[in-house]
Amino acid sequence: MSVKFTSRLLFIFSIGLFYRTSYAQLSNELGSVHGNFQIDAAYYQRDTIIGADPGSELFRYNAFGNINYQKGGFSAGVRYESYNPPLLGYLPGYKGSGIPYRFARYKHKDIDITVGNFYEQFGSGITLRAYENRGLLYDNALDGMRVIFTPKNGITLKGLVGKQRTYFSLSPGTVRGLDGEINLMELFDSILGKSKTKIILGGSFVSKYQEDQDPTLVLPENVGTSAGRFTVIRGGFNFNAEYAYKINDPSYQNHFSYKEGQAIIASTSYGTDGFSIMFSGKMLDNMSFRSDRNAQNTIDMINYHPDFSKFHTYSLMAYYPYATQPNGEVGGTGEIQYKFKKGTFLGGKYGMDITINGSAYYALDTIGLDPSKDSIRHFQYTTNYGDVGNEYYHDFNIEITKKLSKKLKITAMYANQFLNQSIVQFNTPDKEEHPDITSHIGVLDITWRYKTGSAIRFETQGFFGSYDYKEHAKDAFGKTNITNNTGSWVSELIEWTPTTHWSITLADQYNYNNPEPSKRVHYYFGMLGYTNGPTRISVSYGRQRQGIFCAGGVCRFVPASSGLSISISSSF
Amino acid sequence: MKKLLILSSAIILCLSGFKSFDGDKIPSATLKKLDGSTTNSNTFKNDGKPMIISFWATWCKPCKKELDAINEEYAELVKETGVKLIAISIDDARSSGKVVTDVKVKGWTYEVYIDENQDFKRAMNVNNVPHTFLVDGEGNIVWSHNSYAEGDEEKLFENVRKLAKGEKLSH
Repeated sequence: MSVKFTSRLLFIFSIGLFYRTSYAQLSNELGSVHGNFQIDAAYYQRDTIIGADPGSELFRYNAFGNINYQKGGFSAGVRYESYNPPLLGYLPGYKGSGIPYRFARYKHKDIDITVGNFYEQFGSGITLRAYENRGLLYDNALDGMRVIFTPKNGITLKGLVGKQRTYFSLSPGTVRGLDGEINLMELFDSILGKSKTKIILGGSFVSKYQEDQDPTLVLPENVGTSAGRFTVIRGGFNFNAEYAYKINDPSYQNHFSYKEGQAIIASTSYGTDGFSIMFSGKMLDNMSFRSDRNAQNTIDMINYHPDFSKFHTYSLMAYYPYATQPNGEVGGTGEIQYKFKKGTFLGGKYGMDITINGSAYYALDTIGLDPSKDSIRHFQYTTNYGDVGNEYYHDFNIEITKKLSKKLKITAMYANQFLNQSIVQFNTPDKEEHPDITSHIGVLDITWRYKTGSAIRFETQGFFGSYDYKEHAKDAFGKTNITNNTGSWVSELIEWTPTTHWSITLADQYNYNNPEPSKRVHYYFGMLGYTNGPTRISVSYGRQRQGIFCAGGVCRFVPASSGLSISISSSF
Repeated sequence: MKKLLILSSAIILCLSGFKSFDGDKIPSATLKKLDGSTTNSNTFKNDGKPMIISFWATWCKPCKKELDAINEEYAELVKETGVKLIAISIDDARSSGKVVTDVKVKGWTYEVYIDENQDFKRAMNVNNVPHTFLVDGEGNIVWSHNSYAEGDEEKLFENVRKLAKGEKLSH
């Protein structure tokens, strides 16, 4: 194992170094070679107080390297990936190494052809999105071919066929898709070119094929979904909407329901100097769409439903995040931003920014749907679109940022959140283990730039939660079943950047009032970071609490862990 | 533990030889303008003056800090060097609607594009945001920097001034 490991490492680095030294001379005639890589490795330790159990494989890592070649309209590339085994919190199915991504692409005038792997998105993604997020290890690249044809300025046509990446192999289903988009102003440039109003229309059709091998159910082998969309832009005003319809598509995700699916999403915004307002709303009903009907987690997803709720960056604000419910949800998010100008009463010498944001998401109001009895397969249900069901989530927050002097900047933030954790994060109606959570969260973030290129940042956060355990949360001895992570938290962080190359971070999160005194645990964490040009290296040590981490529209469960980590990324 | 040592030493050895893009042109990828039309990254130009290409996202705090810090001196820097900043948002459909509102509220006068499916990010080999590139007057990518620390913009301004005078950059 060790020899294999070493030789693989040497292989990838020698390729990198070879090209690094040779491309500069060759770049003019032979095209150019570039790439990047990232390695995240950890050496875990057992930590019974926080429930961290890494098993017997204590060293784990996620690594990848891309090498891309380009000459004129031709490009080609490969990505080597290695996870032996992957870091805790990532899908164990990724264990292994290989080259799951390689492509060749040629663009010439109005035609653009790709063979091999590619990423693609139709409209907002509700019919198709092949996407990667390496940090989350989310990758559903298609393996096949794609043609993009631009017969006239303002018209784009796309056609593709392929199979989705599933760990280091491919999904059993095949995906086929067509998309067309017309930009009216570009197409009719002579008549409408000077128009201030821009209109863009689009439509897509995507179908998947998967053999029916179920001994009892008659399952549709071809499932199609289609969508139409339009965008209107005028000055600072923006409106876009998309509607999608899908035929019946029984799957593990929708408890093998034969109901058809539909979705509508719409966003509108207006922005002018110093002020903006935005609203996004959506309704989804049975719109999970995967190339393997038995797939779980984030595997083999063909489409994407954007979650419009605020993407929090402060850890305690993001403690109980929302995730789109493809089986059914209705809701929306609104935001107002305002900048108090310099020299006004509230703006002071440097101005002040304020953002008010709110989200609310609910279950659909359905008749005949009871997920707790989903052993009765292939049920039908009806949806009452005139009303909403139980609350899933809300988040109302306000953020104020003010620069007090050349050296001092402060951000203060408050949020009130609610999460129906059992349904949203665990897809079960069982509230014994996963109670509803209501919380008040506060953050104060102070940056002190004490001289050019040197700064200290303090961050203090408080999470005050109430957990609706109800009566049935008590065990046979009448004792409430309290797990780690309940109760309220405080978090402190200090980050020192003595020069722009180096940074040192020390942090602690403390579960100070866990109802079970033995579980009032400190999650301490320290990190040393170094940056030089495109290269970044960091070494950290500490505890990571368990939780759901969401980024880029994908959430994953991360178990508690403790240990030493090193992270390196660079590009060339 | 042994693996960790092998890994880190191999990387550090390897990194000592690395520099970013030396003198290559901007690769080609399709990007969306804020008015909904599309453009290709290989058409970026600034009449023989330097360009800054900065990858950011509406949910990325350090990215916005960097662009705000640059914005404070931007008008002056443009006057002095003729530089142009091109901001590439990697927001996906979840937050791409916020790109235009953020830009308006912050009063940024940069040229802004959305790289919704991250084709340009891949072509430029960007791992994480913020990632900032400098392009010289002939359209060659001559410098890049990942992440943002308070004060990083000073180095960027210094490099822009050097480029405007036709001097070479050191890493």
